[in-house]
Amino acid sequence: MIAVVDVCSGNLRSVEKALAHVGGAPVVTQDPDVIRRADKVVVPGQGAFGAFTAGLAERGLEGALREALAAGKPFLGICLGLQVLFDDSEEQGPVAGLGLVPGHVVKFRPAAHEDHLKVPHIGWNPVRRVGHAGDPMLAGLPDEAHVYFVHSYYVVPSDPSVTVLDCEHGVRFCAAVRKDNLFACQFHPEKSQHVGLRLLANFVERA
Amino acid sequence: MLTRRIIPCLDVKDGRVVKGTNFIALRDAGDPVEQARAYDAQGADEVCFLDISASPEGRSTLIDVVARTADCVFAPLTVGGGVREVDDAQRLLEAGADKISINTAAIRNPRLVADAAARFGNQAIVVAVDARRRRDASGTWEVFSHGGRTPEGLDALAWCRQVAELGAGEILLTSMDRDGTRSGYDLELVRAVVDAVSVPVIASGGVGQLSDLADGLTIGGADAVLAASIFHYGHHTIGEAKTFLAARGIPVRPPGA
Repeated sequence: MIAVVDVCSGNLRSVEKALAHVGGAPVVTQDPDVIRRADKVVVPGQGAFGAFTAGLAERGLEGALREALAAGKPFLGICLGLQVLFDDSEEQGPVAGLGLVPGHVVKFRPAAHEDHLKVPHIGWNPVRRVGHAGDPMLAGLPDEAHVYFVHSYYVVPSDPSVTVLDCEHGVRFCAAVRKDNLFACQFHPEKSQHVGLRLLANFVERA
Repeated sequence: MLTRRIIPCLDVKDGRVVKGTNFIALRDAGDPVEQARAYDAQGADEVCFLDISASPEGRSTLIDVVARTADCVFAPLTVGGGVREVDDAQRLLEAGADKISINTAAIRNPRLVADAAARFGNQAIVVAVDARRRRDASGTWEVFSHGGRTPEGLDALAWCRQVAELGAGEILLTSMDRDGTRSGYDLELVRAVVDAVSVPVIASGGVGQLSDLADGLTIGGADAVLAASIFHYGHHTIGEAKTFLAARGIPVRPPGA
């Protein structure tokens, strides 16, 4: 069973349906005990960073997520579910994150001569593999795969070696990280058509 | 590099597509879910549903349409029409929409844009702006509401700036002069709004041929182009549009990539 953690934000149905589509058994939950019983954990997220961390705290989910990671359960963070793993975000803050991956979350700030670069960064952008070429989550994905992003903030890991995919929007930014059993991406695999479904299938089948 | 998006738009009334398409091999050409699947298969970068139901009953069927679409289409879905309150937006997002488009209700109550953006993030909030060129020498555009029927006395550029500041993550800009004419986007309008705001702009209204899409992205500078009839009636596929744009050096997501 895959726990899809419901933290008060937006479109969980798409994540649930996409996981089921590739053969997973997702359960959308706000219950820490369901997370404890789950074989794998997915944390999707949209909206504001502060509201998200507050939602985690209100539901008493933080402890269960830390336990799942410490127990070595395959863990997938999506969008805010990536950002919240870091030390802090400058969105309406700084606001503290979970501190599971050292680093910060910062806003896209196009320079004056880059006014063609829009924020939010919305749309399809190709991602580049950085090291970790054999990561099981990336099996079967084309090089320079186009994936769907929708965000204004991006993560800056303190240890660059956690970055497995990067992308360009004025700056080269981290699009996905790997740390032990944790994989998290800034883009939305559940909205990235066949490329995203391949990645989710990898999570269901291999992780 | 971020690619430019091609967004087919489906008008939905009482749960049915208003203008049927000429796609072959659809079991039910009036079913929005079938249409969305077909566009997804063609490689659409996003699909847009615009609900034009007049009745609350008609609108409530939209939730079901969105949910059934989210069951089988794993591409971004924008839904607009009849969103009056934050709770309306929430119901659509929970059903599986990624972005909610707000039009008349934003004019009546601009706080709605701020409230919805605070709750769901500005990336989930699109403000749809229907603009018509003023019939004077001012070279300006006026905002219309209620599907383009009601003049609001608002300057389109000022309104776009205002909603972007309130928290709109994107602007869906329709030229009422060009909508349905197949004579191309109002490129001056598109360029003026693109230059006025820092959020992405989707150009809409008037596409008759593939070169209109290219002009909207290059001359207009739009981040995405929305069209209906050019795709619905089978004149062109999404794939043909992308091949055409790529040949002109416009960055697009290649079909199948």
